Amino acid sequence: MITVAKELWKGNEAIAEAAVRAGCRCFFGYPITPQNEIPEYMSMRMPQVGGVFVQSESELAAINMVYGAAASGVRAMTSSSSPGVSLKQEGISAMCSGELPGVVVNMMRGGPGLGTIQPSQCDYFQATRGGGNGDYRTIVLAPCDIQEAVDMTQEAFDLADIYRMPVVILGDGMIGQMMEPIEWHDIPKRELPPKDWTASGRKGRDHSNFVTSLRIDAADCEQFNLSLEAKYKTIAEKETRWAEQDTEDCEILVVAYGTPSRIALSAVEELEAKGIKAGLFRPRTVWPFPSERLAQIAAQPGLKAILVVEMSLGQMLEDVQLAVKGAKPVRFYGRVGGMIPSVEEIAEEAEKILREVQ
Amino acid sequence: MTTVYRKSAGLQDRDLHYCPGCGHGIVHKLIAECMEELGVIDSAILVCPVGCSVFAGNYFACDCIEAIHGRAPAVGTAVKHTHPDQLVVTYQGDGDLASIGAAEIVHAAMRGEKFTTVFINNAIYGMTGGQMAPTTLLGQRATTAPLGRKKELHGSPMRVCELLASQEGLAYAERVCVADIPHLNKAKKAIKKAFELQLAGVGFTFVEVLSACPTNWGMSPVEANKWLMENMAAYYPLGVIKEAQV
Repeated sequence: MITVAKELWKGNEAIAEAAVRAGCRCFFGYPITPQNEIPEYMSMRMPQVGGVFVQSESELAAINMVYGAAASGVRAMTSSSSPGVSLKQEGISAMCSGELPGVVVNMMRGGPGLGTIQPSQCDYFQATRGGGNGDYRTIVLAPCDIQEAVDMTQEAFDLADIYRMPVVILGDGMIGQMMEPIEWHDIPKRELPPKDWTASGRKGRDHSNFVTSLRIDAADCEQFNLSLEAKYKTIAEKETRWAEQDTEDCEILVVAYGTPSRIALSAVEELEAKGIKAGLFRPRTVWPFPSERLAQIAAQPGLKAILVVEMSLGQMLEDVQLAVKGAKPVRFYGRVGGMIPSVEEIAEEAEKILREVQ
Repeated sequence: MTTVYRKSAGLQDRDLHYCPGCGHGIVHKLIAECMEELGVIDSAILVCPVGCSVFAGNYFACDCIEAIHGRAPAVGTAVKHTHPDQLVVTYQGDGDLASIGAAEIVHAAMRGEKFTTVFINNAIYGMTGGQMAPTTLLGQRATTAPLGRKKELHGSPMRVCELLASQEGLAYAERVCVADIPHLNKAKKAIKKAFELQLAGVGFTFVEVLSACPTNWGMSPVEANKWLMENMAAYYPLGVIKEAQV
């Protein structure tokens, strides 16, 4: 039997180390709380593995450095928190258009504006609806703890290379700042397409490569958008992930992702201890959103209501409503501005909803 | 039969879209010739800008990356760090470099990034139709300064070479123009020198090219080059602005 030693890691540093182990060889970043440990760790670690670390002059520059590294064929990453990720949208849109792989970590904090440095999930719309200009999506991975953040980070680089697009790791300040025991897993390596499109110097190639996000001809631009649409459809079919617990015969289903999903799990267990049949549905990708499976659960005759819990005023709520299509009542409980929902609040809300829908 | 002139192998065999009298096509040719003479077409990476030269990647024979507006120095930074032994050139106009990309170019100079920037200064936004740039001369008319640039309202034109020269990381900066053949030849020498210094790993190298925009200046190509020499070259002094001791 192989025993794997558990190690105690802080979320931000664990994500940075996971990126290194996934072959990330460029990191570009700018200080903002609560993600500073990622660039700090990378400034030490990148030179050790022959990689590149640049503390950029801005988040705009950082994402454009990722664009440059990706265009020339190197695995690259940046991280930030909400206000900084807003600035990065320019480059994320350009990377989607240039079909460039890269990983962007957002340790969300409360907004809008400068808001607070405390954890939040207020950037769900921005992350799942494109965020910058143009019709595009990014794959959005939503870890609920540090182990999952580590595993997802290692996988994110493969996903980015396979689909040639940015992959967002949507964490929150809690995941970035807390420490937990983790195990380092060997993530199964995916088959990667050849990087024959990079602008890394011709080196004998019989043609030059031109990485661009410009398609000035409307017909060309339409065709390109349609090709993106086809790619996104494939991703939705192949890469949608979720986890669920006690969903088979639940009467109340709690839907949550990230930090609130762990609190919701405790609430579900509390409800079950009282004899209430409660279940938890946890999207692990929030784009693509696991709509199909959620709709199946919503159709279960025994299910009376769905409670969506977020650290926002109701953003993933809209995806749940779109998936459930009115089949069952969908209610919402959220805390915002850096406040975190408690087990008791969620359990109370679930009981209240059940009383109302009886 | 003797070949007396041929197109540089650094350029693809395509028609350029630039207006008559525009400097972009000339500077493309000079860069391509320098790449060819240094034998680096096969390894060079060119970072293209937003503006009239947004299509530059369709013309050059080396690998090219299109950066978004103002960000070519950030893109170039990453490309050079990941390909330190290859020639990396960023190409930007004055709106791109001196306005929306002011932070990126200053910080590339501050860090002493070891790539070369070729900066086309035509004192106006070309592709969008003649708006005022940070480099527009006082009194010069633009579609967003219809009465001409006024110092009290718009400030004075930005001398980018001199601004960047204050940064220790800038190894070489020269301002040239392509208004006539003697100046064009000097421009080529400056570009080649910048490339050679880059390949020697000296530091950030920068060539500013004063370039005519007859279309947006409302002049014939001949008038435009005359105006450039009389007005732009008077405000933006030609020659080596900084050369660090190696």
